Amino acid sequence: MVNEHVKQNVYFILFRIATFLSIVVLLFILLFIFKEGVGVIDIKFLTSMWSHRDITQGGIFPAIIGTIFLAIGVSIISIPIGICTAIYLNEYAKENLLTRTIKLAIRNLAGVPSIVYGIFGLAFFVLFLKLGGSLIAASLTLGFMTLPWIITASEEALKAVPLSFREGSYALGATKWQTVRKNVLPHSFSGMLTGSILGISRAMGETAPIIMVGATFFMGYLPTSPFDKFMALPYHLFILATQHSSPYAREYALGTALVLIALIFMFNFGVFVLRYKLRRKKEW
Amino acid sequence: MEKNNVKISIEDLNFWYNSKQILFNIDLKLYSKKITALIGPSGCGKSTLLRCINRMNDLIPISKFDGKIFYNNEDIYEKNTDVIELRKKVGMVFQKPNPFPMSIFDNVAYGLRIQNMTDKNKIKQIVKESLEKADLWEEVKDRLNLSAFRLSGGQQQRLCIARSLAINPEIILLDEPCSALDPLATAKIESLLRKLKDERTIIIVTHNMHQAKRISDYTCYLLNGKVIEYSGTAEMFDNPKNKLTKDYIQGVFG
Amino acid sequence: MQNHRKLKEKLIEIFFSAISIIALLILIGIFVFLFITGIKTFTQISPAEFFLGTEWNPTAYGEPKWGILSLVIGTLMVTFGSLVIAIPLGLASAVYLSEIARPKIRETIKPIIEMIAGIPSVVLGLIGILFLSPLIAKVFGLSSGLNALTSSIIVGIMVLPTIISISEDVLTSLPNEFREASLALGATKWQMIRMILLPAALSGILAAMMLGLGRAVGETMAVLMVAGNSIAMPFSFFDSVRPMTANIAIEIKEVVKGSLHYEALFAIGLVLFVMTFIVNFISDIIIEKQVRKYKW
Repeated sequence: MVNEHVKQNVYFILFRIATFLSIVVLLFILLFIFKEGVGVIDIKFLTSMWSHRDITQGGIFPAIIGTIFLAIGVSIISIPIGICTAIYLNEYAKENLLTRTIKLAIRNLAGVPSIVYGIFGLAFFVLFLKLGGSLIAASLTLGFMTLPWIITASEEALKAVPLSFREGSYALGATKWQTVRKNVLPHSFSGMLTGSILGISRAMGETAPIIMVGATFFMGYLPTSPFDKFMALPYHLFILATQHSSPYAREYALGTALVLIALIFMFNFGVFVLRYKLRRKKEW
Repeated sequence: MEKNNVKISIEDLNFWYNSKQILFNIDLKLYSKKITALIGPSGCGKSTLLRCINRMNDLIPISKFDGKIFYNNEDIYEKNTDVIELRKKVGMVFQKPNPFPMSIFDNVAYGLRIQNMTDKNKIKQIVKESLEKADLWEEVKDRLNLSAFRLSGGQQQRLCIARSLAINPEIILLDEPCSALDPLATAKIESLLRKLKDERTIIIVTHNMHQAKRISDYTCYLLNGKVIEYSGTAEMFDNPKNKLTKDYIQGVFG
Repeated sequence: MQNHRKLKEKLIEIFFSAISIIALLILIGIFVFLFITGIKTFTQISPAEFFLGTEWNPTAYGEPKWGILSLVIGTLMVTFGSLVIAIPLGLASAVYLSEIARPKIRETIKPIIEMIAGIPSVVLGLIGILFLSPLIAKVFGLSSGLNALTSSIIVGIMVLPTIISISEDVLTSLPNEFREASLALGATKWQMIRMILLPAALSGILAAMMLGLGRAVGETMAVLMVAGNSIAMPFSFFDSVRPMTANIAIEIKEVVKGSLHYEALFAIGLVLFVMTFIVNFISDIIIEKQVRKYKW
């Protein structure tokens, strides 16, 4: 029996190490980006237009704006459709072939490689629908990619509403829509919203789907219409890291990465706080 | 049995859940303005039977039903039946109190609002009357805006009864309403049920035979999905005709 | 009144169901477009050459080569390497979090691990180029650290959170009765984990691995940045590789729309789509088995 205890202690120590290794990796990544990238961050970096000839004279403001515009576009496309789909699947759908097929489709969409979304966007939105490389083509492409995440998060929010609320409502002679509207949606809406925000923040970090549908490394002006090309933080960072010849490219890539991570973490942190506050308020 | 008004007549009811048969050839007449208790061991089908009466079992997709249930001379399982209207006339109180996450007032008003009642004064009046009939008014009249979850278990259950009463159902179905409550809370609800039967028909599922004996006029004993015996309560407990009934009753009374 | 209400309810249901079909249409649409563009490739290139040819050189003067085998091997190497790293670490962490760690520690660590999943792949690629790759080059005495090994490590990091969180979910959802019964018989915790819990959770853990595999196969940016992107057939993990995803990303910008090269890239996309579809399908079946067993 002593043998078993010894074995257990050894294994458990290994497991502990494994777990903390993951944390160490994360911390290292964040610290590395912060330490190496913070040097280049200043007001000029954040608010100036990109200077092509001498990058030290400019900033990544248009990339920030482009990413934000893209986030808005993706939200418009994926959030309403995603929430409605979740409502259907969780509240209305019966157990039949159609429902199972839709659920299968959603799970598969979540697994399709991002570059495949990209070439689909190229073939369909840019070329077939003749939208050209543009904010709208990119929003649609990235929106399709984000849809399964929004649906999954919204479904979870709906499932969290206890069945007894629905039962109580039906037993009083309420219709399905009355029950959903008055007894399910009000209590799941915040969950769906926070889940959607997380999905959008993931979309903001994606590069592959936008490479060929409208993202560009340098534009002299800010996009003013959905049909304009645009700059975006992840693509900008990618080019700086792999193809730029300036001696300062490395620094600027790190600075861009830091801004991108900061933006994503701001969203995540906001959701975290919101969820914590809402959980305290919940009465069941 | 006395010649009373039959409010609900269940005829040859069979029920399956996922191809397993739960109820077998149920024939039962439920009398108006009386309390009828459905008793039996766990899993005998009494809750399932109850839920057939207001068609709550419709919500379970893998169930199958065969037979007729007549309410006011109409078979509620006919294709044309308006289930929504049925549930407004046949109310239900559940085993575990399930108030909505709203104020006490809004809970009781819910049933009225889904029927598009907008007259605020009328709503206020009906809420007050319902809470009075449920013996809860005095305890909550000063805090109607408080969340329903602040109430104790027994109060929550009386709130659910009030919520049901607000839409004035002819029949109230109660599925083991006191099983999650302490004896004091149970006693309160039992006395309230006795008052309610003057105006309504009450069907209560209970695993507590003492309770059945205390409050019901008629008792039906179910075993393995079949009606074993059905008669006046006093008669059944003092002089059960079926041996199975006798075994069950004496098994618990000891 | 009744009919009016019934009609309204029916319309609302139809509205929601119509919107839900969009998800299905998107999946079909992606497949259709990949197919109609990619299939044209095979009117000019034989499937044998495409799938078994070892040289990919579409822009060569003279005879262009269309063999994707080296690309496929690149994908497989990086996928395999990443799972070799992520599965042991991920499983160990999942067991720790689910069975050993105090609840407070678990609640703190879980979100931290989720944060790794939140780091964009392009940022991890950046770390790969600037930090990991030079390090690997130094440690192993290579001229360049852009190879399958570095890619495996980076993709392994990306896949880790998926494996940890799903495996941990499966373990925590196992009925407590298992633990109590085992301990009541005098078993140590590790014996309980090893002999009761892990076998019971096997299907779910397998599914977690499959999902991780799917993610690794589909990873684009990180491998694009650190895999080296040489189109030569790789023979060791120290060789530079060009996984299929990276290949598409590199060449799609320069290719002439509608050309054979363009169609061939779509054919590669089709291969990727089918691969991830199959992986997803298998993990679905596995998950269903686990759900039916323990109501997870």
